Amino acid sequence: MSKPKMREAIESGCPDGFQYMHPVMTKNFGQWKWHDHPRPGVLRHVAHSGEEIWTVKAGTQRILDVFTLRRLCDIGDEFAEGYVRFTIRSNIEYLVSDAEKVEPLITALEGAGFVVGGTGNSVAMISHTQGWLHCDIPGTDASGVVKAMMDELIDEFKNCNMPNRVHITTSCCQINCGGQGDIAINVQHTKPPKINHDLVANVCERPSVVARCPVAAIRPAQVNGKPTLEVDEKKCICCGACYPPCPPMQINDPEHSKLAIWVGGNHSNARGKPTFQKLVASGIPNNPPRWPEATAIVKNILQAYKTNARDWERMNDWIERIGWARFFEVTGLPFTKFHIDNWRGSRKSLNASTHIRF
Amino acid sequence: MSDKKHQTPMLDELESGPWPSFVSGIKRLRDDHDDARINGMANDLLGQLEHSYETRKGYWKGGTVSVYGYGGGIIPRFSEVGQQFPESKEFHTLRVQPPAGNYYSTDMLRQLGDSWEKWGSGLVTFHGQTGNIMFIGSTTENTQHFFDEINEYGFDLGGAGPCVRTAMSCVGAARCEQSCANEHKIHRSLVNNFTDDVHRPALPYKFKFKISGCPNDCMNSIERADMAVIGTWRDDMKVDQEEWKNYVDVKGRQHVIDNIITRCPTQSLSLKDDDSLEVDNRNCVRCMHCLNVVPKALSPGDDKGVTILMGGKRTLKIGDLMGTVIVPFMKLETEEDYERIVEIAEETIDYWAENGLEHERCGEMIERIGLVNFLEGVGFEVDPHMVSNPRESSYVRMDGWDEEAVKWFEKRAEQKLAASA
Repeated sequence: MSKPKMREAIESGCPDGFQYMHPVMTKNFGQWKWHDHPRPGVLRHVAHSGEEIWTVKAGTQRILDVFTLRRLCDIGDEFAEGYVRFTIRSNIEYLVSDAEKVEPLITALEGAGFVVGGTGNSVAMISHTQGWLHCDIPGTDASGVVKAMMDELIDEFKNCNMPNRVHITTSCCQINCGGQGDIAINVQHTKPPKINHDLVANVCERPSVVARCPVAAIRPAQVNGKPTLEVDEKKCICCGACYPPCPPMQINDPEHSKLAIWVGGNHSNARGKPTFQKLVASGIPNNPPRWPEATAIVKNILQAYKTNARDWERMNDWIERIGWARFFEVTGLPFTKFHIDNWRGSRKSLNASTHIRF
Repeated sequence: MSDKKHQTPMLDELESGPWPSFVSGIKRLRDDHDDARINGMANDLLGQLEHSYETRKGYWKGGTVSVYGYGGGIIPRFSEVGQQFPESKEFHTLRVQPPAGNYYSTDMLRQLGDSWEKWGSGLVTFHGQTGNIMFIGSTTENTQHFFDEINEYGFDLGGAGPCVRTAMSCVGAARCEQSCANEHKIHRSLVNNFTDDVHRPALPYKFKFKISGCPNDCMNSIERADMAVIGTWRDDMKVDQEEWKNYVDVKGRQHVIDNIITRCPTQSLSLKDDDSLEVDNRNCVRCMHCLNVVPKALSPGDDKGVTILMGGKRTLKIGDLMGTVIVPFMKLETEEDYERIVEIAEETIDYWAENGLEHERCGEMIERIGLVNFLEGVGFEVDPHMVSNPRESSYVRMDGWDEEAVKWFEKRAEQKLAASA
């Protein structure tokens, strides 16, 4: 039997966005003058030509079923002008040139269960990863953590009561696909991988697994006459880097894979240079289906920030001003030996001065 | 659908609360869709997910799936518990490149939804963390059918594995007054020059382009991209003194001093006695703070261009790295300018492909060999904007000092000549 003839792919790459842009946006491309923020979830941009484009932003469940996708489109056709975009945090934005459409559009979105907000000084939608729904190496379920947490933070999404915007991220393993955030909730493993020695030789390309380890804790070994890998558990930092290239080195553990919380990651160059997030809490149970312990700590940090930070201070700006000792004081979180960095370059994070706040 | 619905008591708890529930969405596919294939897939997906919630473990493993002619673009997922949940045992994700800037018409979203419903699970995310449309849940066979269908109307797969990945660009000049570049054109010029490297993974590891129109860097490019392109300007920022004074009038001097003047990282702002604003533009670092606070009065200058940073990445393997300034400023106006930025990307990727170790990001290679070796290898000239401060350690061999100093003065002379021409 001859092979079926396969269709040759058209290697068109990234499509042109202009074809899907609102005509007012193509017309005024590069000619915008200013914007304001009439209410949470709504932006008004004004062009030099005097034309305006209004944006209404809404949060969704991110993992969209086709019914929900069509509902969003129906709203876009009936109450908006058929043009949308998605933000980096997976919110949908409706773009309309007619200011009269804004209020009915908001009513329609809220009536359908979507949440209008996420602009300005709000707690934005939590950006997240795939988790148990689809990832091959997850320690937790990002969609579930985010749903449970956004249920509690919804008022902060719908309002703009924070000193500055708050970006929260989650990640289901220490590779941290969720990225940097003002607050990041990430899996933190606490035990070395459990190795199924019967499978390693067949499943894993052993030299590349050895090379993958950040602390050179993995070495070739023989167990029961079979070639395999072993881990020097004293050196192992339990990062899980060996698990993706070698699934028999199981790092996820129902009890010992914990959640850790990091704060102060900021991608913007505004005021200070961009910053990486810093560890503040760990040992938090990975507790589906609603992860209440993690949410409680996030709310505590948000409350401290909201109460104490000055206008326009992002989380990192605020902590830089008050100092880390005060951060731990006002949040009541314990400061432990694990907060002191010992990774390469860590001396730069030590206080080599008498600058101390009493 | 198999005869009965899986019980999902833990997932059911994620249906309460005011935020939209993804569990309810998957249940709609299970209960309300008129295609039994989709009902069955959704049911078994919920069953497996509930099993994960109960045992706190994931049950997907990778594999090798692609479409004809490509080597990547699909995240293969085979269930380790497929016997219990057979209808979702193959549940691959297709990564599809979105239009630059993530713009869609509702018509196009419907068309994508219709195609996906025909061949996949009916679950989709706009977008994943790399920036792809994630069509979640297809059998091995149907990945090809779905791809063929959407490829006919202009969509193509993104990257997965050690390859050039799908790029990202911000809302940009289409809506934002802070935009200093044509993000869409940069985005497509760069990534579409590398379609072969997107579709056929053959690099040391992933390589990401992210484009932000201004230093607010909404695409997180410094922290997440191997090559970050960020719009900026080098002449004076614009001050509409009348609008500025209106703002001072409404908000008061105290507010303006506390929230704008004293927040300038280089003390380049001064509020004059007549409420006007004086800017020390030579010392402004284009941080964007004052422009963000008063967009009506303060704007970027006219001499726009981009700054390029390289080497950003997340934790694996040596720890998080931010990108480093490689090109402090370049204009992007003429076709030659765009050719040059593509050339910079090509030369960088070529050098990294040649010198990077397996699974080593570009930034990790730079860390291993040192920035100077990278610059000399690719052919960039050293520039003081590349460092926060010069070397602190005297442990370095410097017997080529005189030649290097001559190079610097020659370069300065060339620049002076070019500027006066």
